[in-house]
Amino acid sequence: MDSPPRVSLFVTCLVDVLFPKVGESVVRVLRHHGVDVDFPGAQTCCGQPAFNAGFRDEARRVAEHFLEVFESAAMIVCPSGSCASMVKEHYPQLFEDRPALRERFEALGQKTWEFSSFLTEVLGVTELPGELTGSTTWHDCCHSLRGLGIREGPRRLLSSLRGGEFRELEDSETCCGFGGLFSVKFDSISAAMLADKVKHLEACGADRLAATDCSCLMHIAGGLERRGSKVRPMHIAEVLAEALESGGESASSS
Amino acid sequence: MKVRTDQFRQLSQEALENRFIRGAIARANVSFRAARVAAIDSMPDWEQLRQQGHDIKRRALDHLPWALEEFEKNLTARGGQVHFCEDGASARDTVLSIVRSHGATRVTKSKSMATEEIGLNPCLEEAGVRVVEGDLGEYIVQLAGEAPSHIISPAIHKSREEISRLLNEHIDCPLDADIPDMTRAARRALRDDFLGAEVGISGVNFAVAQSGTVVIVENEGNARMSTTIPKVHIAVVGIEKVVPRLEDLSVLLRILCRSATGQRISSYVSFISGPRTAVEAEGPEELHVVFLDAGRSRLWADPKTRASLHCIRCGACLNFCPVYERVGGHAYGWVYPGPIGSVITPHYVGIERSSDLPQASSLCGRCAEVCPVKIPLPDMLLDLRARNVDAGGVRATERWSMRLFSMLASMPVLWRTLTFVGRPLYRLLESSGLAARMPGAPGRWSRSRALPKVGTPSFRARWRATDGFRDRPGAGRGDRRGDES
Repeated sequence: MDSPPRVSLFVTCLVDVLFPKVGESVVRVLRHHGVDVDFPGAQTCCGQPAFNAGFRDEARRVAEHFLEVFESAAMIVCPSGSCASMVKEHYPQLFEDRPALRERFEALGQKTWEFSSFLTEVLGVTELPGELTGSTTWHDCCHSLRGLGIREGPRRLLSSLRGGEFRELEDSETCCGFGGLFSVKFDSISAAMLADKVKHLEACGADRLAATDCSCLMHIAGGLERRGSKVRPMHIAEVLAEALESGGESASSS
Repeated sequence: MKVRTDQFRQLSQEALENRFIRGAIARANVSFRAARVAAIDSMPDWEQLRQQGHDIKRRALDHLPWALEEFEKNLTARGGQVHFCEDGASARDTVLSIVRSHGATRVTKSKSMATEEIGLNPCLEEAGVRVVEGDLGEYIVQLAGEAPSHIISPAIHKSREEISRLLNEHIDCPLDADIPDMTRAARRALRDDFLGAEVGISGVNFAVAQSGTVVIVENEGNARMSTTIPKVHIAVVGIEKVVPRLEDLSVLLRILCRSATGQRISSYVSFISGPRTAVEAEGPEELHVVFLDAGRSRLWADPKTRASLHCIRCGACLNFCPVYERVGGHAYGWVYPGPIGSVITPHYVGIERSSDLPQASSLCGRCAEVCPVKIPLPDMLLDLRARNVDAGGVRATERWSMRLFSMLASMPVLWRTLTFVGRPLYRLLESSGLAARMPGAPGRWSRSRALPKVGTPSFRARWRATDGFRDRPGAGRGDRRGDES
């Protein structure tokens, strides 16, 4: 047997601090597929808040720290399309005047994967043995969809789970209104966007909403909670881990 | 046109609270989007066409000075007159002096964002010239004394009732007229204006250097009227609209019409290559093409902004923008709304009084996805945000918090300490409801969203406590230790 794929987990600051269960789910799902996961303890944040606010020098400083922590990793997996596209797309842009460094950032970006696309593209996972009850729908996070081209992979994974039903969400490709600091700088525009997302979710009637990014999910969850909605927002890793636990784990480890 | 870009917050808030405007724009956007999607679904080579459109505009701009000279040479050879105007004032003066030299008092216009930009109508009216907009949407906003709120659908924000009141007030049109009757009434009124106008002023979609041709795309026939009936035709055009060759239009017309209205081709496409010749019985005796710079050469000179001049004014980025859909065109405070407006307006009116425009975006990327000439709009918004920071346009609190953030995020020990201390503090503030009442980000978030709950230890702490989650069955396959210290 080939040696197991080795990945370094960039858990993201948001997951580390607010949604640790998502990180744990990522580890469980990756390990289920025989992946050797490590967690570099010096990791912090990808620096996107500074970059998006226009603070390029500050973003560069964080990017250089990220490089220091992850440059030696075989592969980097991260449960966020937004942070992954920061690393893949924007880090090289930040260093376009420094070709040697830029090249290192490009190499870093090439081995960085958003979690669900790592499963479907690197590991070639098309179905999971897990079991799920109730229905699941999908929100396309902007940076996963338009930044990284992730569309079919996670849908296929979710549809493959036994017992569960997959439902498409109307306007699933439309932004939920989060946009980082946009959500507080222009909170009423952001809230108007969120209201439509929540409306579509309620009309869809799925039991849970899955997505690639905890930031969007946090935003949508905040809106759902205010409406007293019963839809459960979950990161795709949580859905897959839950499914594995309730049916797949034992079946596949034989 | 009066600049109100510094009032984006207030104007967008007013629009958000106006249920009618929001509903009208949302409905229009839904149908624009559906039309575009249907038009593009039938084209397997759409992405290739977009790339060609991008390449054509890029090449055209690479050779812009040559293309403008070539255009001038070729149009002049056929009796047209070309004027180059550095700014809005000189463009207004040029148009006004042509109008005056003919003693004209009646002018009809076809849709033109460039003339909105330079505030041509008020200038002509002050000089005693009666100006009538011939495009139905433009006509409506003109009667209402407003500016267009969408690049291709100027009266998108107006209700049917408002329009019927306006028409009833100004022309022969009963209050209870239905939409086809209102259109007919406007058409009758406009017909007299077209027939009586001494000068017709139009915008231009493309100016072809090779042949000295101006190309006008429209659906109502008003541009055809304005450019053929009056004795004089003045076309006002941004310098970026010039393309080298006629064959470039085979791509550009296809992507423009499909992106704008979902049509394969618009009802009218006029190619005008000179005034009436000796053998022609009809057409204007004089053709003037007024090229407008007004800041465009500045955008052109900067490699980071040049691509914004690719814009062919199709309006697709507006139709797909979730922010535009909620706040409407007037909130942007100047001529060009939506993502393209947020990208070019700060360069025209100054970032210091329009810094909200590039901020008012969730950077969702939908605009770049639909742009038929592949303008990297989100990257350009990010570039503007960076320029605003460099120009000192952000508050000291934001500057210092970003400095602090980057310092902490590059010093792992401090970062860990902060998150270790910060989590229980946040939990206290959140669970007690204090956070929701705080000024700044938590309070603003809480106006419409519940704050996230923080419960169990951080991921980092759990990883350490469980030896990398090796405390459960089936967890240890092929693992090695993490290097968490």
